[in-house]
Amino acid sequence: MGFLRKKNYATAGYNTMSMGHGRKEFKPKEKRPGLEHYIEKAGQGTLAQIKNPEAIDEGVITNFMMGRYNRQGNRPGFFPMIHPSFRYKPATGTEGACDSGGLGLVVAVKTILADVADVVMVVGVEVQTTVKAVYGADYLAGAGWYHDRKHGHAHFFPGQFSDRAGVCFEKFGKDKIRDGMAWWYARAIENARRNPKAQEYHNTIKDLYAAAMTPPNPKVFCDNINVYHCSKVSDGGTALIFASEEGLKKLGVDKKDAAELVSWGQSEDDITNPQPDLTRMMASTKAASLAYERAGLSKKDIGVLEVHDCFAIAGLLMMEATGFAGYGEGADFVTAGKTKKDGEIPTNATGGLIGYGHPVGATGVRQAVDVVHQLTGKAYDCQVSIDSNRPYGMMVSMGGNDITVVSMIFKKPE
Amino acid sequence: MKLDELLENVSVIGAAGKMGSGIAVLLAQEVAKLKIKNPDKIYKVNLIDVNKQGVEGLRKYIKSQTIKIAEKYIVSLRHTYESREDIVENWEVIDAFVDETLGILNFGTDFELAKNSKIVFEAVIENEELKVKILKELKIICPEDTLFFTNTSSIPIRFLDKEAGLQGKIIGYHFYNPPVVQKLLELISSDETDKEFKDIANELGKRLGKKLFLSNDIAGFIGNGHFIRDGLYAISEVNRLKEGHSFSGAIYIINRITQDFLIRPMGIFQLIDYVGIDVFQCILKVMSKHLRDETLHSKLIDKLIEKNIRGGQRADGSQKDGFLKYERNRPVGVYDVEKSEYVTIESFKDKLDSQIGNLPDGFNPWRKLVKASNKADMLSTYFGNLRNGDGFGIELAKSYLARSKEIGERLVKDGVATSSDDVNAVLINGFFWLYGPINDYI
Repeated sequence: MGFLRKKNYATAGYNTMSMGHGRKEFKPKEKRPGLEHYIEKAGQGTLAQIKNPEAIDEGVITNFMMGRYNRQGNRPGFFPMIHPSFRYKPATGTEGACDSGGLGLVVAVKTILADVADVVMVVGVEVQTTVKAVYGADYLAGAGWYHDRKHGHAHFFPGQFSDRAGVCFEKFGKDKIRDGMAWWYARAIENARRNPKAQEYHNTIKDLYAAAMTPPNPKVFCDNINVYHCSKVSDGGTALIFASEEGLKKLGVDKKDAAELVSWGQSEDDITNPQPDLTRMMASTKAASLAYERAGLSKKDIGVLEVHDCFAIAGLLMMEATGFAGYGEGADFVTAGKTKKDGEIPTNATGGLIGYGHPVGATGVRQAVDVVHQLTGKAYDCQVSIDSNRPYGMMVSMGGNDITVVSMIFKKPE
Repeated sequence: MKLDELLENVSVIGAAGKMGSGIAVLLAQEVAKLKIKNPDKIYKVNLIDVNKQGVEGLRKYIKSQTIKIAEKYIVSLRHTYESREDIVENWEVIDAFVDETLGILNFGTDFELAKNSKIVFEAVIENEELKVKILKELKIICPEDTLFFTNTSSIPIRFLDKEAGLQGKIIGYHFYNPPVVQKLLELISSDETDKEFKDIANELGKRLGKKLFLSNDIAGFIGNGHFIRDGLYAISEVNRLKEGHSFSGAIYIINRITQDFLIRPMGIFQLIDYVGIDVFQCILKVMSKHLRDETLHSKLIDKLIEKNIRGGQRADGSQKDGFLKYERNRPVGVYDVEKSEYVTIESFKDKLDSQIGNLPDGFNPWRKLVKASNKADMLSTYFGNLRNGDGFGIELAKSYLARSKEIGERLVKDGVATSSDDVNAVLINGFFWLYGPINDYI
C-alpha cells in the first residue's frame, strides 16, 4: 500500500464534444443547449460503460461560473437528473476556477478513502457561449482577485498570461519563447485533428506554426500573445467514476478497464498576493512534486502527460512545473518536438485546452478522463504507446493564475 | 480653431438615411470620447431628418452600432474610463460609453437645431437642387464660420459652393456604404477651399477611423467615375448580347462574367441593385450635366425607374429587387424589361452556363481569395490562364477587363485621380476588389 490507505480506481470516462467557435456545428446565433444537456450527455456516456448505475453512491458536480454564464447556482442539484436512482443520494459541488474539475476529483477520492462511499461519480460542466467573449472575460476574471479587475486588461486572463509571456521574453529571449508558444499551438492542433470531439477538429490552417507567429496586436488584444496562444471559449461536459475495489465489483467493471490512482498532490496559493516570479508556476510545481513524492515516482516513470494549457505560455511553464524541462527550458523542450504524440513525453494528446477546448469547470475532469483512456487503451486515434517501463499517466489541473492546483498520477492496469 | 472645439456642436442633416445614420454613429462616438475626456463641457450632436419615423429608428440604430463598436474596441475603451473607480467590468465600460454617446444626441426634424453648429454634415440624397436648397438654408441658420461637409459621390464641390454661396467653407466627404464599416473616404476640396479647412477635414477623417484618398473636383470623382462607366459598359454589352440570348439572359451572362470570371465580390448588376438603380440614375444625371463631352446616359436605367424597378435596400438591410430578384439576398431571377416580370435564373442557367463555358484554371471565388495570404500570386496565375484562354465567357471577360482598365487610366489622364495607385486603392478599399482596374492582367 502506497500513499493511499486503500486502492482507488478511475473508470468509465466520457467527454462530450467541446462546442464553440471552430466546430462546424456551432451556430452562434441559434438557440443552443444548456448545462443540463452536457451534464446528461456526459453522465449517460459514463453510465453506458458500467453494468450497474445503482451502485453509484454519490456525485460531484464541478463547474466554475454557472452563476454568471447561466444564472444558475446550486451545482449538486444537477446530479440526480442523470439517473433515476440518483435521486436523494448525496451530491456535492466544487468550484475552484479552472481547477473546479480537479477539486471534484479530489473530493471523490477523499469520499472513498473516508469509507463513506464505494463509488463516486464526478461530472464536470461549463456552458460559456451564452455571452460574447468580451463579457465572458468579466466572468472569467473571477478566477483572479476581484481587487485586480479594475486595472486589469479588458481580456483579463489573456492579459495576465501575456504579462507572464512578457517577463519570459525578457529573461529567456523573445524569439525562443515565441517559437515555443507557436510550436505549442501547432502540436495542440495536430493532436486535436485526431480527436473528433475536439473544438479544433475541423481546423484547416496549413501552416500552424506561421499562424501562431502572427504578431500580437495590443490595440485590440494583448501585448505579448495572440489568439492562437489562447484556449477556447467552450461548452462541454465530462464524467468519470472513482471506485474502490469493492466499488468496481458492484459496478460490474473489469479492472483492465480502470486505471489505478496512485497519488495526488494539491496546492493553493494566496489569491490576494501578487505572484513573486512570473517565470515560474510555483503552486503547479508544488502540486506535481507532491504527487511524484507521494507515489515514489519521478518523471522517468510517466508515459503520458496532461497539463493545463489555458495559454501556450502556461503550456511551456507546465513542462517546467512537471519537471520534464529545466527552468527556462520549456520552450526549447516543446520546440524540439519532445511533447509530440511520439515524442519523449506525449503531452495533451487529445488537443489540450487549446486544441480540444476549455469548458472551464469540466477541464480538470476531462484531463483525468483522457489520461485514464490512454492507460486503458481507449484513446482511439489519439492513443499513444505506453511503454511498460513507464506505465503511469499524470495530469495537472490549474485554476486562476497558478492559484488552485491538483495533480494526479494514475497507473495502467496490469 | 481646433477640431476639438469645432466638435462641441455638430449636426448631421439627413441623419436617418442610409449614409447619414452611419455618419451619425461615427460622429457621435468621436464626440462621446471628447465628452469623457472633458466631462464638464457640453457637447451636442444634432441629428436632423425630415423623416420623423426615421428619426425614431435612428436612436435604436445608433445604440446597437455603438454597442458593437464598444465591444470591438474594449481594450482602449477601458483606458478611457481608467479614472472612474465605479466602472470595473467590461460590460460597465460598454454601458457607460453607450449612455455617454446617447446622452449627447439631439434628435429632430427642424434645421434650427443646427444653429450653433460649427460643423455640419449634409447627407441627403444625391440630388443637386435639393443639396443646394438645404445648404442655402443652413447658411442662414448656422454661424458664419460653420464648416460644411457634404456627403456626395458625384456632385462637384465647386458647383455646390458657388450655388449655395459658401465661399470655400464646404468640402466633399464621400463615405462608402455602410459608413460604419467601410474604411474608404474620398475627400474632395475645391479651388476655393482653404488650407486650414483641408487639414481639419483630414484630421477628422482619420479620427473617424477612415482611410482617406484625395480625389479631384470632377463629377463622379474616382469611385463613381469608375463604377458608373463600368455599369454603362455592362449595359452596352447587354444590348449587344440580347439579340442572341434574350434581355434577361444577357443580364445573367454579364453579371456572371463580372462576378466569377473577374473575381469581384458581386456581379455588376447585383452591385447596381445594391447601390440602387435610382441612385445610379441620379449620379448619371449629375455626371452627364457636368461632363458634357461624354455621353453618360442609359435609356434602360430610365425605363426601369419608370417601371418602378429601383433596387436598394430595405430598412432591415435586405436587398430589394432590381435587375435581379432576390431571396435571402441571393439572386434567383432576372428582370425581363419587355414583359415586366422576373424570369427565374433556374430556367436558363444550365443552358447559358454551358455557352459561357468553363472558368479558366486556377479559379477561386472572391470569398475564398479574399482570405488567402498569397492572393497576388493566385490572381496572377488565374488571369494568365484567362489571357491565354478562349471561349465565349473568357472573351467577354477579357473585353471587360480591358474596358475597366481604360476607364481607370482615363481617370488619371483627366486629372480626377493623381495616380493609378489612387484609382486602384479606391476600387480595392471602397468596392472590395482584390485588384485594381489598372493592372497587368490584360
